[in-house]
Amino acid sequence: MISSFAFFGALETGFIFALVALGIFISFRILDFPDLTVDGSFPLGAAVAASTIVAGLHPLLATLLACIAGSIAGVITALLNVKLKILHLLASILTMIALYSINLRIMSGPNQALLGVETLLTPLDNLVIAGTEIPYYIAYPIAFGVLALVVLGLLVAFLKTELGLAMRATGSNPRMAKANGVNTSAMIILGMAISNALVALAGALFAQSQGSADVTMGVGVIVIGLASVIGGEALLSTRTILLWALACVVGSILYRIVIAFALNGEVLGLQAQDLNLITAVLVTLAIVAPTLKSNMKSKLNGVRR
Amino acid sequence: MIEVQDLRITFNAGTPLENQALKGIDLSIPEGQFITVIGSNGAGKSTLLNALAGEFLSPKGSISLDGKDISTWSMEKRAPQIARVFQDPLMGTCEDLTIEENLALAQARTKTRGLGTAAKRQFRQHFMNKLKLLQLGLENRLEDKIGLLSGGQRQAVSLLMASLQPMKLLLLDEHTAALDPKTATFILELTKNIVEESQLTALMVTHSMSQALSVGSRTIMLHQGKLALDVHGESREGLSTQDLLAQFHKNYGEVDDDALLLS
Repeated sequence: MISSFAFFGALETGFIFALVALGIFISFRILDFPDLTVDGSFPLGAAVAASTIVAGLHPLLATLLACIAGSIAGVITALLNVKLKILHLLASILTMIALYSINLRIMSGPNQALLGVETLLTPLDNLVIAGTEIPYYIAYPIAFGVLALVVLGLLVAFLKTELGLAMRATGSNPRMAKANGVNTSAMIILGMAISNALVALAGALFAQSQGSADVTMGVGVIVIGLASVIGGEALLSTRTILLWALACVVGSILYRIVIAFALNGEVLGLQAQDLNLITAVLVTLAIVAPTLKSNMKSKLNGVRR
Repeated sequence: MIEVQDLRITFNAGTPLENQALKGIDLSIPEGQFITVIGSNGAGKSTLLNALAGEFLSPKGSISLDGKDISTWSMEKRAPQIARVFQDPLMGTCEDLTIEENLALAQARTKTRGLGTAAKRQFRQHFMNKLKLLQLGLENRLEDKIGLLSGGQRQAVSLLMASLQPMKLLLLDEHTAALDPKTATFILELTKNIVEESQLTALMVTHSMSQALSVGSRTIMLHQGKLALDVHGESREGLSTQDLLAQFHKNYGEVDDDALLLS
């Protein structure tokens, strides 16, 4: 078993990365745009928030600024693809690589500590509700959970608007979308902006909860996000947009809990450095699981007959 | 009124694979005319329709709509005026969206999209009434994903979607070709009803000569990227496929794919 401390920690990180999962849901699933920009826009959000908070900006404004920076990164990837006709995957890799240098510039170095400064989370450190003190390790996950659900609600509501529907059509059948008057280029630009704004928001919050931003903190974010999306899809229904988005959030939480279990104790002999290996195995399992399941079913049915 | 003047489309220009699909088409389409388009494979029928829809952004020659030159307009800019049904039944609809969402998408073809709800309650009854006309029972399946429907059903919905909003031109690119004979007949009847009812200006590509002569009020034949025949009015009445072929051969000599034309 894992300790309740580790469990709440998993929840906290899970809810922050649920924002990444929702961002990836927009790019990979709604727009059908495999976007690796996130490995750069996650630390971008962290770098912008940390640097501006240290410089004295209000944490809320700093976080907002991080979102805007993320959306610009998304727009650049989209423009490289839509206007310059660079393959989407390559376009996103170019932005990601460029962001590495930009993040170093923003922080004037490889990292930026947030020690001793007020962040968005400071009010949660000594939270007292109705005379009971709520420890930070419980307050954080609750706050992030509420935020993730609010973002989920807004996102689902958007996808049901005329613009949202046009965006879904753009990813699903661009030629048909154009024939119905949808400006598919504009939809890709808008979708990528929203997607990377969410990822940068996650980066900004992660930096504030960890107490620092680091230029390398983006490595593998895309795989973690995909693990959440694919895992959630494998376990839950994707029948409606709401259920599908919910699956991404739940996937993110489950991923963290599975990781916490795998790394906890001596049972499997796994340690922190095995994290990426475990992630890769999880993603592979999640991708293969649905086919394996249906294969086994048909085999069993065959035997019965 | 649509004016096409000296329209030329060349694929892979300047390469060994250069293909002049349209070699100077002049065509004037008055409002309310239903034109059928025939021609052998590679004659340029689909290219003509795609050019009208806006798939090639820098054609030589001009396309104008009600006196306005639209040759440089993108597909989405032309969409409020020009509706289309594709040959592939899977192309005209979004399989991941529900029937209702597909219809809502088409309902918004003529307007600027905003943050209003896409599938509005007030449209629902309207959509159901329209779907009822198809007699496929789809009016009770608004929330089903359209990917669950058969090709014929999806093509029927595509046609309905194209006709939800007014348009200046309807493009039908062999939209019955991929369907079984019974469904094809059904879709053709539906097409005739919709075009007649709203007095639509339409261009319909077909592989069947007899169908080309029995449907609509004018028939044009393309051959090697040029307009080979253009019959309408009295000269078209009572014309048989044999007459049409005879006329064609008089102008162009023997062609080796009569079988295709005669089907």
